[in-house]
Amino acid sequence: MTETTVTPERPLVVEETETKPGFVGQNVPRKEDKRLVQGQGVFFDDVKRHGMGYVHFVRSPYGHAKIRSIDVARALEVGGVYGTLTGDEVAILTDPFFELSTPPGAHIKDYALAVGKVRHVGEPVAAVVASSRELARDASELVEVEYEPLPALVDGEAALAEGAPILHEEAGSNVVWSGLFDWGDFEAARAEADHVVKIERLHFDRFSSTPLECSGCLVEYNRGTGQWTMYCNHQMPGVGAIWMAPALRVGIDKLRFVTQDIGGAFGNKICLHPQFVACCLLARKLNRPIQWTEWRTDQHTANAHGNERTFLDVEVPVKADGTMLGFSVRAVDDCGAFPRYEPLGCIIWAQVTPGCYRWRNIRVDFTQVVTNKSPVSPNRGYSRMQHLWLTERIVDIVARELGLDPVEVRKRNYVRTEEMPYETPNGCIYDSGDYARCLDIALELIDYDQLEERRRDAEARGKLLGFGIGSTLDSGTNNFGQSTLLNPELQFSGNNEVATVKLDIFGEIVVTLGTVPQGQGHETTAAQVVADILGCTPDDVNVRPGHDTYWNSHAGLSGTYASQFAVTGLGAVKGATEKLAAEMRKLASLVLGCSEDDIELAEGQARMKANPEAALPFMALGAILNANNAGLPTDLDITLNARYMYRPPFELPDKERKYGNLTLTYATQIHACLIEVDPETGGYEIVDYAAVDDCGKRIHPQIVEGQVHGATAQALGAATHEIFAYDEDGNLLTPNFYDYHVPHALDMPPIKNGYIESESPFTPLGAKGMGEGGGAGIHAVCAALQDALGKTVTRSCNPYHRVWELLRSEDRGVTVQAR
Amino acid sequence: MTPETARTIAVDVNGVSYEREVEARKLLIHFLRDDLDLTGSHVGCDTGNCGACSVLLDGVLLKSCMLLAVQADGTSIRTVEGLGSDGELDALQQAFADHHALQCGYCTPGMLMSASWLLERNPRPSEEEIRRAIQGNICRCTGYVNIVRAVQAASGQEVSE
Repeated sequence: MTETTVTPERPLVVEETETKPGFVGQNVPRKEDKRLVQGQGVFFDDVKRHGMGYVHFVRSPYGHAKIRSIDVARALEVGGVYGTLTGDEVAILTDPFFELSTPPGAHIKDYALAVGKVRHVGEPVAAVVASSRELARDASELVEVEYEPLPALVDGEAALAEGAPILHEEAGSNVVWSGLFDWGDFEAARAEADHVVKIERLHFDRFSSTPLECSGCLVEYNRGTGQWTMYCNHQMPGVGAIWMAPALRVGIDKLRFVTQDIGGAFGNKICLHPQFVACCLLARKLNRPIQWTEWRTDQHTANAHGNERTFLDVEVPVKADGTMLGFSVRAVDDCGAFPRYEPLGCIIWAQVTPGCYRWRNIRVDFTQVVTNKSPVSPNRGYSRMQHLWLTERIVDIVARELGLDPVEVRKRNYVRTEEMPYETPNGCIYDSGDYARCLDIALELIDYDQLEERRRDAEARGKLLGFGIGSTLDSGTNNFGQSTLLNPELQFSGNNEVATVKLDIFGEIVVTLGTVPQGQGHETTAAQVVADILGCTPDDVNVRPGHDTYWNSHAGLSGTYASQFAVTGLGAVKGATEKLAAEMRKLASLVLGCSEDDIELAEGQARMKANPEAALPFMALGAILNANNAGLPTDLDITLNARYMYRPPFELPDKERKYGNLTLTYATQIHACLIEVDPETGGYEIVDYAAVDDCGKRIHPQIVEGQVHGATAQALGAATHEIFAYDEDGNLLTPNFYDYHVPHALDMPPIKNGYIESESPFTPLGAKGMGEGGGAGIHAVCAALQDALGKTVTRSCNPYHRVWELLRSEDRGVTVQAR
Repeated sequence: MTPETARTIAVDVNGVSYEREVEARKLLIHFLRDDLDLTGSHVGCDTGNCGACSVLLDGVLLKSCMLLAVQADGTSIRTVEGLGSDGELDALQQAFADHHALQCGYCTPGMLMSASWLLERNPRPSEEEIRRAIQGNICRCTGYVNIVRAVQAASGQEVSE
């Protein structure tokens, strides 16, 4: 158990503008908590406006169909209905959203509402606005839509088959993007190997993090300025605006995003631009504020699933001693009906190409297709999780086939700590870490040395015991230049984040962030960093909650996504605070008549090092510049309002070789578990679980541990129950929390946490992003099931019925070729 | 289409009396949030599974999305806004903050009501009893680890490692 304390380990006096030990690294109380435990948080759905209209979307009941006609007349006759919007209007008033892909995906046309055709159950085809949400819902039942059903496509591999129904005729194919990634020399590795292990098919199932707060917005249109304000829970407003503004045919300054508290997002609130555009059009058309709150069923059927991926014809060359030389695979990624953030998932996995391993020869033939299912969006562990599941499946399947120990084979193949920073075959730089040591800690936490004893004990009770490991990397701080490996025409590269820190008139220290937190405690950790630099306490630092475009504290790539706040967000905070600190010293030196170097910031004062009695409280500095500045030199160029943009040190990757550093940091997660399976029913229980994480310098250990708990819970849910299953017509069979079972309190095993701190040499604070995890729990449970059942596990989600079937099925699909 | 039945109801919420006309079909959670502006209780699902809207009605824990507002006529309701006093946190709220039992805070109001109800009836619950008591409340952020610890701490017990 972690202790909560605010006493710094060392004095707070800071002599230079560097962050010294102080509040950073401690569990200070979270600034967010008081309002949230009192029910005084402000989530978008709490915001009301006079005369606002509630939107209800009329959604497709078909997986795939032509729209013959839409008639809203009867809905409009209802008293209290303010108006409607249809796809025909949207096609006139907006341009299709910008697509990231090269052809064929580039030709896909994606609008705010379906135009001419529906491509998944739940796709919005019209919108009805009324004086209450109940009335809007009732009236939407009166919208008459005539459909001509078409055959639905619900399988990624089938999408590639000759004669498959085509979703987007303008693309002429169901392929969004395809490409070959070939690093090292796979053929030579195969020739060098003593064995080649072949795996026919592995499938990573579709699920999502399903944040408890659904998506939504309250949109106001200012007719005088032509500007929309969106009180919302969009987690990546910078990129949201890049999609929305051109579609709405306005400049980006016409879109103002405002958030405060957000009820979880996990990547699932990145692709909200279609619904937001529909609300913007309605706010303008009806001249009133428009409120949209997604229903849970809509969130499951039509917002944002995680990528579903099939791995075919896996080949793994292995030496006699268990050294693996790499792998080759054909991957088919199913992104649902529209690409939206895709095809970025076709490259994001390459941040962790060899997983935790020293594999040098890797060939991936990657194809992404559309199907008649919900569109995907980034989902905690985005794209790397699917790939890391593959690398972990490879290790455990090879170990099983060749009779190798899963611990020893990992240690033999792990990248070693003395090799850090380590360059992967595709040019990514693993910054720091010690995977073998993390594994040892995990094994100790679950008493691995007593494994065989526990196995016998379980057998005596009629249970099958299984042991499994999940080794993953959470790569954080993207180099957006990786998008150019998909589409050389894209004009994105590097990364950035912005913060402002100012000293106000009564000495208030006010911080604004470009990030969009959803529970990660940004107000708290930002205050820790500021306090250490300015020589005050986190209580003295006021960090504005949420995000507001009007604060001007953001940049084009701002947001909270991709495990990066501890690097980009706090890097910006650190930079802005250091600028402010320099200005404060300069002003103090003028007032006290000494040199800037003679001034230190400590205990809420700027004071002379040699004579601490000669001191100016922060309040005096704030007041002098802001309100009482007569007599200051005319050439004094300070504002006490510092804005800083943090930019990580990235180069453009090599497009020809698909080579370069795609991300700045690599946090490690090595998890291990024991499960007990009831062979009669297929039911199983996780009886021991250890999570060892290494995210470099931990700014706030309690918050870090909380992120580990959450990522683990989501992974265990995905491993055991959570699956978005479709029938052959494209109906989602798990459209709400009744059918889609997320972990409840009784489902969660006790989690034993361990950590090490391998500081990143590349980041401002030695910290690494770590919020996503790499799905280690999924990989560990799959490995443990394989161990318990003695059968190859080929699916990522293994509910009890699948385990029961697996126990009774023939084990096939894996062959070993001796050379 | 327009509901023909609207009724005036009288409720006491967190010690304040309200008399309001409500549509017969209005859910209690929407009455609390939209009519009384008590937005601490949240909506996380359409099916009564998530528990973000949990309140105490005449001392009984229930999900306010599973009840019509008219059914609450004449009752006394306690929501998250009624915990603590004079802006100060009660022991359970403080334990949630101390033990990092919340991240995004969306499930927290419902979770606090479920845990409060448990502690009123069972001042020293076992870990199993705590997990059972919050079984009807979904949290997607914490894996429940620190929520269990917070309830243990609030009941003066040693927290689980």
